[in-house]
Amino acid sequence: MKNFGVGIAGILFGFGLTLSGMLNPSKVQSFLNIFGIWDPSLAFVMVGGIIVALIGYNLVFKIEKPIFSEEFDIPTLNHIDLKLIGGSALFGVGWGIGGLCPGPSIAILSTKFYPAIIFTVSMCVGLYLGRWLESRISS
Amino acid sequence: MIIDWINFTPYSSLIGGMFIGLAAVILMLANGRIMGISGMTSSLLRIKENGNSNWIIIFLFGTLVGPVIYTLFFGSFQSEMVTATPYLLLAGIFVGIGTYIGNGCTSGHGICGLSRFSIRSLFATITFLFAGIITVYLIGQLG
Repeated sequence: MKNFGVGIAGILFGFGLTLSGMLNPSKVQSFLNIFGIWDPSLAFVMVGGIIVALIGYNLVFKIEKPIFSEEFDIPTLNHIDLKLIGGSALFGVGWGIGGLCPGPSIAILSTKFYPAIIFTVSMCVGLYLGRWLESRISS
Repeated sequence: MIIDWINFTPYSSLIGGMFIGLAAVILMLANGRIMGISGMTSSLLRIKENGNSNWIIIFLFGTLVGPVIYTLFFGSFQSEMVTATPYLLLAGIFVGIGTYIGNGCTSGHGICGLSRFSIRSLFATITFLFAGIITVYLIGQLG
């Protein structure tokens, strides 16, 4: 029961990704192709997501704590550094090459879309490499 | 700039986005968590320590079920991959390293972070969109 809301959220997320077109790598690349033949559809995903989350978060944060846990777990970092910018830039390059980001790459695994398996496995390797790289940067 | 009107799907993309936003709100209401998939994956693989990860397994299982429910309602959905396998491997590595170092991806920074007016997420989102646009432009130039 405790994780019922989490399961519903996961299903809505996967469903929303599918409906929005985010599970179509060539559509993602068309969205990024603003200097060529541009499909702006996926900008609407962001608009829709932000409108709902902005209103919803404001309502949720009026209550003292989440229903099934003791506190809201919100990131507290607020500085802009080279790690944030460099990491995000590298993510953007990978997103442009493959047309997949982490959420869609996992959602689409249930539909036997084999390229996503290759991508998701190498993404997990990349996450390990990221930790290694971060430990090198910090030391 | 030439708009691709044939493949333009503003309504389904907007409504799909709203479902994604609703998912983020429900996750925050239920468990007090940010809906960031790269972070969840890192925690699940124990790359990042984050205590109990049962909720992540349940969330990601739901994420897998979502597209299946979509196909029950609408039959199928379009998914086309034009990237050759070696480049796809490289793309995955870049996305993994980048989201780990940059602390988030499209969901965590792009939807959740911007909705909380996080200045870090704003910079991250502008950066990955810009980098993605430049990358697709360069790929187009190379053939």
